[in-house]
Amino acid sequence: MHSPVLLQIVVLVTSTSFALWTADFPGSDASVISQILEPVGIAVESSQSSAPPLHRQYGVDTGNIASAAARAPVNDITDPIVSSRSPPGDQHRETEPVSFEIVKWNWEHAQRPFLIAVWIMVASLAKILFHLSSKVTTVVPESCLLILLGLGLGGIVLAATNRTEYQLHPKMFFLFLLPPIVLDSGYFMPSRLFFDNIGAILMYAVVGTLWNSSATGLALWGIKQAGLMDKKVDAGLMDFLLFGSLISAVDPVAVLAVFEKVHVNETLFIIVFGESLLNDAVTVVLYKVFNTFVEMGSDKVRAVDYVKGVASFFVVSLGGTVVGLVFAFILALTTRFTKRVRIIEPLFVFLLVYLSYLTAEIASLSSILAMTFCGLCCKKYVEANISQKSRTTVKYTMKTMASIAETIIFMFLGISAVDTSMWTWDSALVLFTLVFVFVFRAVGVILQTWVLNHFRLCPLDWIDQVMMSYGGLRGAVAFALVILLDKSKVKAKDYFVATTITVVFFTVMFQGLTIKPLVKWLKVKRSNQQKPTLNEELHERAFDHILAAVEDIAGHHGYHHWRDKWEHFDKKYLSQLLMRKSAYRIKDEIWDVCQKLNIRDAMSFVDQGGHVLSSAKLSLPSLPSRTSFSETSFTNLLRENGSGVCLDLQVIDTVRSIKDKEDTVMHHVLAGNLYKPRKRYQANYSRHFISADEQEWQDREVIQRNMRCRLESFRSTKHSVYQSKGKSRHKKSQKKHRSSDVNGEVPNGKPKRNISWQDTVPVVMTMESEEEEEENSGAEKEDDEGITFVARAADEVLLEGKPSSTLGVCQSPFLLPPSPTCAEKELPWKGDQGDLPACVSSETTKIVPIDLQQAWNQSISSLESLSSPPVSETQQLQRRTVPPTRLEERGAPGALARPPLDPFFQFPERALAAGRSSEEDSAECIQQQELRPLMSPDKQPRPGSSTGSAGARWPVQFNRAAQISLLKNVVTASPYKGSGQTDL
Amino acid sequence: MFTGVYNFIYFLISLTVSHSQITRLYSRFTSLDKGENGTLCREDFQRIPELAINPLGDRIINTFFPEGEDQVNFRGFMRTLAHFRPIDDHEKNKDPNVSEPLNSRNNKLLFAFRLYDLDKDDKISRDELLQVLRMMVGVNISDDQLGSIADRTIQEADQDGDSCISFTEFIKVNFYTSP
Repeated sequence: MHSPVLLQIVVLVTSTSFALWTADFPGSDASVISQILEPVGIAVESSQSSAPPLHRQYGVDTGNIASAAARAPVNDITDPIVSSRSPPGDQHRETEPVSFEIVKWNWEHAQRPFLIAVWIMVASLAKILFHLSSKVTTVVPESCLLILLGLGLGGIVLAATNRTEYQLHPKMFFLFLLPPIVLDSGYFMPSRLFFDNIGAILMYAVVGTLWNSSATGLALWGIKQAGLMDKKVDAGLMDFLLFGSLISAVDPVAVLAVFEKVHVNETLFIIVFGESLLNDAVTVVLYKVFNTFVEMGSDKVRAVDYVKGVASFFVVSLGGTVVGLVFAFILALTTRFTKRVRIIEPLFVFLLVYLSYLTAEIASLSSILAMTFCGLCCKKYVEANISQKSRTTVKYTMKTMASIAETIIFMFLGISAVDTSMWTWDSALVLFTLVFVFVFRAVGVILQTWVLNHFRLCPLDWIDQVMMSYGGLRGAVAFALVILLDKSKVKAKDYFVATTITVVFFTVMFQGLTIKPLVKWLKVKRSNQQKPTLNEELHERAFDHILAAVEDIAGHHGYHHWRDKWEHFDKKYLSQLLMRKSAYRIKDEIWDVCQKLNIRDAMSFVDQGGHVLSSAKLSLPSLPSRTSFSETSFTNLLRENGSGVCLDLQVIDTVRSIKDKEDTVMHHVLAGNLYKPRKRYQANYSRHFISADEQEWQDREVIQRNMRCRLESFRSTKHSVYQSKGKSRHKKSQKKHRSSDVNGEVPNGKPKRNISWQDTVPVVMTMESEEEEEENSGAEKEDDEGITFVARAADEVLLEGKPSSTLGVCQSPFLLPPSPTCAEKELPWKGDQGDLPACVSSETTKIVPIDLQQAWNQSISSLESLSSPPVSETQQLQRRTVPPTRLEERGAPGALARPPLDPFFQFPERALAAGRSSEEDSAECIQQQELRPLMSPDKQPRPGSSTGSAGARWPVQFNRAAQISLLKNVVTASPYKGSGQTDL
Repeated sequence: MFTGVYNFIYFLISLTVSHSQITRLYSRFTSLDKGENGTLCREDFQRIPELAINPLGDRIINTFFPEGEDQVNFRGFMRTLAHFRPIDDHEKNKDPNVSEPLNSRNNKLLFAFRLYDLDKDDKISRDELLQVLRMMVGVNISDDQLGSIADRTIQEADQDGDSCISFTEFIKVNFYTSP
């Protein structure tokens, strides 16, 4: 929704920047930029000869003499062009208005932005066209189609005007087209996976690129020496090494464009992709070094220069990384304070990351590295700080911009190739380059993998190696670099350009086309396969879980230890510094969850006691999962009636399809809901599709469930021990648990159901809809904070009486004094089972022995950090939770704000009547009771709701009126909160 | 103190496991062993954070402990882990009739099978399957849905019509999967 608007803004910003830029530099630079979008004529020639002192790090900044020499002729050539094509302002001044014109044709005025917009439009329309036929896009990668389109368009332009008008200019490419792609890939890089494979990635990026470039350069030089190449190719060893350095780098844009559609397994993808990003540093340095050497003349190169070259590698790579990290830090810090300017939050993200790129560019450091690391590192904090809407905006804008940039790059690659004036073809050079590029890549990959496999636990098999060498695509970076060469120094530039274009086209088109069949043929592990049977799907998932667990037990991660250390540091210092005090957000999201729960509770009320309030008065959301339930019940029905016989009239004709349909339904259900094994779900990188970030709530859920399981078994063994420990203990533990529930953690007691799954479980539970899951997932970041805080609340807040204005959570002890009677009733071993039969079954699991509660907290927090010693933690917690009685005392005065209606107490009466169906109701009610305090703000008691009238204490609300009033309360609560929320 | 044990284990397994692997696993074992008594108890395993978020974590932990025991020494630890070694090429070519190594395909499957088979009757009943399903599946699936999935799974695999999955059926079903 935001994206089109933002896109327009982006377009506008770019275009205005163009305008400003050209206004600022009416001299030589103006023509450089304008070449891409403007009929140039002579300017094309000037660009070839000139390559004016470009600010890109590849630029020739060391050779002052050379650039000075280059500058002089450029100015000579371009000056007349500029004067002949004088800026619009001059023209207006010259043509004095004779009389008032009604309409004035102001083409010059908006020419450039207009053309840019038109080009983007054409590219986007082309995308639509490509995707009209799904057959084409499944076979042919989009990048190939775009290049073809570019070729076609360039051909048309060439035929029409008899000269080449547009081309992909390096400056345009490095300053405007590449950053969005790098930003997108850095920001959405699956960081865990990336760091899991950082060793392999670095190896391939550094050693691999060094090997590739030197081997290619030397081999080409050898060919030249052997006399197999045309004599006109005037290049020495340094020229070939320079060429090798620019042709050997795997291109992130091309890799992304091709691999994204292939869906190979994540490890393979991240290695190739990470390599393509990180090899930028090596490419930059090699290119710079050799370029300087070529310009100096190879005979003048001294040993010192080689040393300097090696040194500059470290400076460029580490410097780029440092710049990225610094900007990531600044960005995270900035977003911490954007609470009041939510609307420009996304802008900060884009601006600062782009600034990191430009800064690195200015300092001639590795800008791609800077941007990648900036995006990679800031994401965690930024996502935590900015609002949900900003997150969505960032996501979509990034994807849109990257997609557009990629489209333009490939299209202009095609267009540029038409420009024959810069080509000189030499078959031997082209052919040998193709062969060398391919062969050396393969050799390099095999050698490095051989080394790497000694250190990797999951070795890369030969299929992976084939894919890696085949996936070494070259792309626009190489093209832009070769265009940047200075023809006066590099004599064979035209040959190199032709060769580069051929290599790029060959890799993108041929390898891009064939990689998919190859993947199929080699049976490369794909990321998401269609599993043939339910059994396989199920068991494979189980195997994955088992393997993941065993790997964890065996602890094969060498860097595990360091990661844990880092995470500890991050949690303790960095997050505290960079993330805003998230209490606000906790409150916010709990609020949301709460509201949803309320609505759902109201709905269940209507369902069971619909006569109390007519459902017409309630505008309730539909129940999506209801329908899905009915669907499966339908399939159940089918099965019960035998596989051959079908009751449904529509399906009788095609009996076989019943099974199919059933299968698809189940696959769908399973695929959507099975837990993904650890390590598998991190890699959801995709430029074009945004996948939901589900891993966090999943982790949380599983850990809760596991802990509950353990608690269950533990409780069953040590039941007697805890029974003898007295009331206060139970109360305390229950209260603790409840307040932790208030934090939005276990919204409706579903996990309970999971443990005692054999119990008949109410259907209404399935009404838990997707949005709520998402809400929960959003709230989860604060969950463990909330839980650990509860423990703290006992001593800090309650003992010292410190007002806890910052953290909304800690108010829950005040607001929620669970009456002793209530607690007792809920305890399964306290007697009252007769009165509360259904309730007990659902409530038992909520009673958590205090020590285990700590263990729970501990293990949840250990998700984030291992390093905190568990023993001391327990002791601490025990100390913290000592004053239970005080907590009670404090709670009593706080009861003013407490909602007087406890649905829990209405329950028994109905439980007898309604039986099973009310069991779930009780669960809901309990929940609501827990969540209630958050609904009613303690500052101002709500006048409209009936809560005020029943100022009485907990006890007897066993009548129908209470039920009604509760329902009213629930219904009226939501608009009130809605207004309250806007204040936030 | 452990060197004796260590050497013994080393000689025992050195035929199949490389020295470095044992060394690594041994250091892992000792790092897991918080009590420092040469054995691991359940809590030691449960302390592994990744295991806590593994839906099948507890089941897997249980496999490390033989019937009725609460401790596992390094030998038992290695024995369980040996199931998961990748199958080497030269092992594949070995005559299958010779005593099967622990990491053979069937043994791996058997390991997985036993995760399901709680009552050790060599059959996966519907309840057992449902239990595992319930562990592995997110909360927004109703029990009816799960039940139907379990039914369907059994129906799919069941060949002798006892509405349970036996180990042979289990192997057949997982013919193409690669544990």
